[in-house]
Amino acid sequence: MFGFLLRKLATLLPTLVGVTIVAFGLIRLVPGDPIEVMMGERGMDEATHAEMAHRLGLDQPLYQQYLAYVGNLLHGDLGQSLVSHLPVVDEFKALFPATVELAFMALLLAVSLGLTLGMLAALKRGSVLDQGVMGTATIGYSMPVFWWGLILIMFFSVQLGWTPISGRISVEYEVDRVTGFMLIDSLLSGERGAFASSVLHLLLPGLVLGTSTMAVVARMTRSSMLEVLREDYIRTARAKGLSPRRIVVVHALRNALIPVLTVIGMQTGSLLAGAVLTETIFSWPGIGKWLIDSIARRDYPVVQAGILISALTFIGVNLIVDLLYGVVNPRIRSQH
Amino acid sequence: MDAKPLTPPASSAPSAPLSPLQEFWSGFCANRGALAALMVFALLALAALLAPWVAPHDPVQQFRSHMLQAPVWGDGGSSQFLLGTDELGRDMLSRLLHGGRISLGIGLASVLMSLLPGVILGLLAAFYQSTLSPAIMRVMDVMLALPGLLLAICVITVLGPGLVNTVIAIAIGALPGYTRLTRAAALAEIGRDYVTASRVAGAGTLRLMFSAVLPNCMAPLIVNATLSFSSAILETAGLGFLGLGVQAPTAEWGTMLSSARDYMERAPWVVTLPGLTILVSVLAVNLMGDGLRDALDPKLKKVS
Repeated sequence: MFGFLLRKLATLLPTLVGVTIVAFGLIRLVPGDPIEVMMGERGMDEATHAEMAHRLGLDQPLYQQYLAYVGNLLHGDLGQSLVSHLPVVDEFKALFPATVELAFMALLLAVSLGLTLGMLAALKRGSVLDQGVMGTATIGYSMPVFWWGLILIMFFSVQLGWTPISGRISVEYEVDRVTGFMLIDSLLSGERGAFASSVLHLLLPGLVLGTSTMAVVARMTRSSMLEVLREDYIRTARAKGLSPRRIVVVHALRNALIPVLTVIGMQTGSLLAGAVLTETIFSWPGIGKWLIDSIARRDYPVVQAGILISALTFIGVNLIVDLLYGVVNPRIRSQH
Repeated sequence: MDAKPLTPPASSAPSAPLSPLQEFWSGFCANRGALAALMVFALLALAALLAPWVAPHDPVQQFRSHMLQAPVWGDGGSSQFLLGTDELGRDMLSRLLHGGRISLGIGLASVLMSLLPGVILGLLAAFYQSTLSPAIMRVMDVMLALPGLLLAICVITVLGPGLVNTVIAIAIGALPGYTRLTRAAALAEIGRDYVTASRVAGAGTLRLMFSAVLPNCMAPLIVNATLSFSSAILETAGLGFLGLGVQAPTAEWGTMLSSARDYMERAPWVVTLPGLTILVSVLAVNLMGDGLRDALDPKLKKVS
């Protein structure tokens, strides 16, 4: 298993280098003088300009600038925000848990509902239920995230008043920041209703973000399940007299999960992209909204860091999925 | 045994094998959802194409005395503005029609702009496996490390927002998919006998690439083009919604949504109509893609 991990990491190395080159190049490709772009000031006098160039290392050859950038990255230095003048890393640490929490809720809803619906559709193949689930999945897959969010807000928050419109927890609760994860912090606070409030705030954004993943998981589970149900070992299990429930849950589902797992890994990309839109709609204080706000403010060091972090998250999650894949199906480990 | 095959060829005309196109068409028609989707899409495309002639009003003209007027079936609606007006008194129907030109146009342009270079890069990677392939594929890996919309945002950061830049950004985002697909499909074909025969007969690399191998890689490419067309519509609208795409006052579905969200309680139609239009177009293209996939490549049928 460890060797498998090492081999995987080795194949990722060129991609990691490439991603840092993109992030490094991004801020230098933005139109305008790089020093003014990086300092967020215009019309500096010669002397300050030269001093800044020296301080930022921009008077050095490009490859040295890049090496310095990577060196800083490895020390956890992502630069400084032009707007707040805080280290980008600190802002990132404050916002990252919100995005993780949102993605967690989205995945939880997508996988639990998607697996159940896909499984039911496969077991009742050709029924009204099957057609309904598959039809809904096709619509869910084609849904524009931002519009879906607005519609759900209009219905559940404005019309029915069931869920809050934005934010992570009601203002009446004062929750101390311990982990940054509102679900955990609200539990730790010991205040009654705080946890429920944070779950309620997370429900709608999670549903919006998870919808297309849910659709993909449902479709994949159905087709994968249908394939597995035709296998010989399922017939054997049936012939042995095992209960239908046991056959489905123990024998079929486990094998049907392998392709589903890959699909979930591939969906991370659309979750990351969807998070940008979902966070914007719900004013969710996470990485996606941070990135978009920074583009509007021309806060390029933050944009650079946001892009880098998104790419690294995507690569990291896919690595984890690859490893899980190896756990679920030991044959994969020796093949690669 | 049936006597039919023994009859002379002249009378066996009705059972002559279908041409590939006929075969594809009957396969596509067998999927009723795909056929319906094709009709819906044709209607949308036609409406977009004819927008300047069929739209009742200028899409940017502001009727100041008719701001946020309800559609014709709503309270205070009139037949002058069939689908109502937006917050500046602009006709929703005309904006939706003209928006279709932008959204479908960007979709088409970005598909072409990613398909052509993607196919060429993919073929190069397949034909020069030891020299060009590693370089091309490593670059594609890096591009794949950023999900479509984020890569597009990256490009917009550098180029700035706007219509042409939206096309470029979305095309760059779709490029790695085509490259990988073409390379994989071409690699599967290169080992076949007909390619070797063609090579032995003296065909040059260019001829091998485009006239021998490429036609046999078309099925997955067409399916992918359809699916990337639908995601291009979504991404265009997404970028427009974030204020990074097509800029106001140009009518574009996503931009319409973002400017309308402040009025969604008072005038729900300014939000529902553009969104429904996006959903219907994306759904139609996706269903068409499913039908195309089943008709073109039965091997892929069981996937998803």
